[in-house]
Amino acid sequence: MTDSSAGWIVSPSPHTHSGDSVSRIMITVIVALVPSLVAGVIVFGWDTIRLTTICVATCVVAEYIVRTMMRRDIGITDWSAVVTGILLALNLPPTLPGWMAIVGSLSAIVVAKQLYGGIGYNLFNPALVGRCVLLISFPVAMTTWAVPAFVPNASAVDATTMATPLGAWKTAWASGNAPASFFETYPIRSLILGNRPGCVGETSVVALLLGGLILLWRRCISWHTPVLFIGTVAVFAGVLHQADPARNLPAAYHVFSGGIFLGAFFMATDMVTTPVTRSGMLIFGAGCGLITMIIRKWGGYPEGVSFSILIMNALTPLINRFTRPRTFGHKGREMEK
Amino acid sequence: MITLGALFNPRGGIHPAYHKDSTESLPVEAMPVPKSLYVALNQHLGAPSKPVVKKGDVVVRGQPLAEPAGYVSSWVHAPTSGVIRSVESRLTASGQLGPVVEIEADGRDEGLPCTSAPAEWRNLPARELVEMVLAGGVIGMGGAGFPTQVKLLPPQGKVIHTLIINGAECEPYLTADYRIMIEQSEKIRQGVEILHRILNATKVFIAVEDNKPAAISALEKAFRDFAGELAIVVVKTKYPQGAEKQLIYSCTRREVPSGGLPMDVGALVENVGTATAIVDAVVAHRPLVERIVTVTGDAIGQPKNVLARTGTSFRDLIAFCGGIRGNPGKVICGGPMMGVAQSSIDVGMNKTTSGLLLLSRAQIQQYSSMPCIGCGRCVQACPSGLLPCFLSENIEAENYGEAEALNVLDCIECGACAFECPAHRPLVQHMRMGKAKVLQRRRQREAKAGQKEKAS
Repeated sequence: MTDSSAGWIVSPSPHTHSGDSVSRIMITVIVALVPSLVAGVIVFGWDTIRLTTICVATCVVAEYIVRTMMRRDIGITDWSAVVTGILLALNLPPTLPGWMAIVGSLSAIVVAKQLYGGIGYNLFNPALVGRCVLLISFPVAMTTWAVPAFVPNASAVDATTMATPLGAWKTAWASGNAPASFFETYPIRSLILGNRPGCVGETSVVALLLGGLILLWRRCISWHTPVLFIGTVAVFAGVLHQADPARNLPAAYHVFSGGIFLGAFFMATDMVTTPVTRSGMLIFGAGCGLITMIIRKWGGYPEGVSFSILIMNALTPLINRFTRPRTFGHKGREMEK
Repeated sequence: MITLGALFNPRGGIHPAYHKDSTESLPVEAMPVPKSLYVALNQHLGAPSKPVVKKGDVVVRGQPLAEPAGYVSSWVHAPTSGVIRSVESRLTASGQLGPVVEIEADGRDEGLPCTSAPAEWRNLPARELVEMVLAGGVIGMGGAGFPTQVKLLPPQGKVIHTLIINGAECEPYLTADYRIMIEQSEKIRQGVEILHRILNATKVFIAVEDNKPAAISALEKAFRDFAGELAIVVVKTKYPQGAEKQLIYSCTRREVPSGGLPMDVGALVENVGTATAIVDAVVAHRPLVERIVTVTGDAIGQPKNVLARTGTSFRDLIAFCGGIRGNPGKVICGGPMMGVAQSSIDVGMNKTTSGLLLLSRAQIQQYSSMPCIGCGRCVQACPSGLLPCFLSENIEAENYGEAEALNVLDCIECGACAFECPAHRPLVQHMRMGKAKVLQRRRQREAKAGQKEKAS
């Protein structure tokens, strides 16, 4: 037997690992987003590829430059900038000018992520910060919606643009009229398949659900946040609809339109900006659903998913603090001194 | 006797790959006594034993090498006959220097002459039985090495009503306890009877993970006509199911209070190997000088369950098991979750050495750590209900007050958090450092308070 005493690797326990890593998680998220990207290409065509390419390229290059300027490790290999880029692209209207997408990407990576210290340290979901910066800065471009590929009711469409279901409902009631032929223009089937106006990646519930199931299967997310998010929206919308069916959309319309599925499975489950405890995730999901519905019903915007998640992001440290598990062998849930 | 399904499921836990298949079906093989043995005097928890032999002394098997140096301490005996070559500070299996007695075996393996006929222990008072356990140098063989006689003598006011025999063996790779349960189930029963007699415990639980059906049926057979109230509890297979406090919860749903001992909830946990060592000490007056150790891993020639003398060097163990195979990277005393990586194989095994794991370089994952991404997997994995992610960040920032408030002292260092962490953060190291710093701060506070009192 040869003496290899010089060669033994000595390190503290444990000496084994699950094998999972941050980059693996990020790659899984990218894979899980592929169905939505494909759906985006089918429904909105070339624009989906254009925006995704711009956002991903800008995010990766910006991350590289900022990390270099800050003299930190270059974190590109963790793939998180790619995820942010794709998520931002999926949260943009198809016709958005490229330079605006660049502004959004820079806001996401430079301001929301790297100025806070990079991966793990950001308080807010970078892609959503990017989207909200654009929504506030360029309200018209951010609410101009391309006509989807297969329009069920061509008469409701002027030449090149069309309102989202939630937008159409809100503007009609704002002027005091029930929206005409709403349910013919936006049949529930189109909402589920994704053949409706909206952001690039938010329209196809089927594709998003498929991606969500991939994330659940690969343990990248747990069911708590999406179920509570979607469930709260469904219950809230159901109650409103029961109370006044003429003025309030049925629950299914609220759940399947806007960005609920994209938000619930891909944004409200972002690990960095959401709670670490299971009960915290339940609160987070319910909070997102609640704020989304409040904005949709009483707010100025027809849609509130992005804002609801950002608001809950801000509450995450507090939620973590209040949902701290009871330590084994301790009596109560004593709070920190 | 009854067999019960998992009574209560403790929180947290992980499911690592178990890798037990290469040794679980192999009967225990006795290893010949090697030429040199290195017996550490700090194998147990508590004060290291005080040597009673010196260089040049001739000893026989079972003769004391060192005596207890306090209440929480233990006897250490010569594992074979031979000459004492040295009593000096050497590297021990804990990875640190400690007092070690080196014996050169004479090859005759002579034992002490039998001083008395095998005791009819049933007629002896409990106290005398405990004396025999102490004289046999019996310590907890599951890993911690707590001197057994201390556990058997609860202080006034503490009553032990529940005896739990730990056959969970939740560490991956290890099959030593499994083989004991299959090959020596009758001896375990005798051990339980002795413990039952000593403690007058009203309830006995034998806990085995549900991935060990052969062990369960062997125990069922051995205990089928056991007179007292006894249940074989088939606990869920997960790591760290066999951790003392978690196992007590699995059987009784009682939580050992923070900083307390199992006796605070009326429980006593003994490993199956310890139960058989108690039988040797009480029935045969034979001290603990050998144990079963699983020598395994992908870098060992022939994985085996070996019956070896304490003090047998890892080098000799490896040679007995077909030598090193391929490109070895790590040699670990114990299992992969809580074992200690060794810097040398010229170290003697202890009474607590349940396994020797040789991993090839290909098996060893080396990572650089990233910032925490807040996935919460450590929170879900932690059996103690801690927030390892936040503890780690606070300890990294030297924020020890916050670490104390987050109950870092309740960490059992099982490593479940680090196993799960996708950012590869050194969570266990952080916990250990945090615990050490918090205790140090406490001592400083107490010292200051003491000085003030003196001054006033």
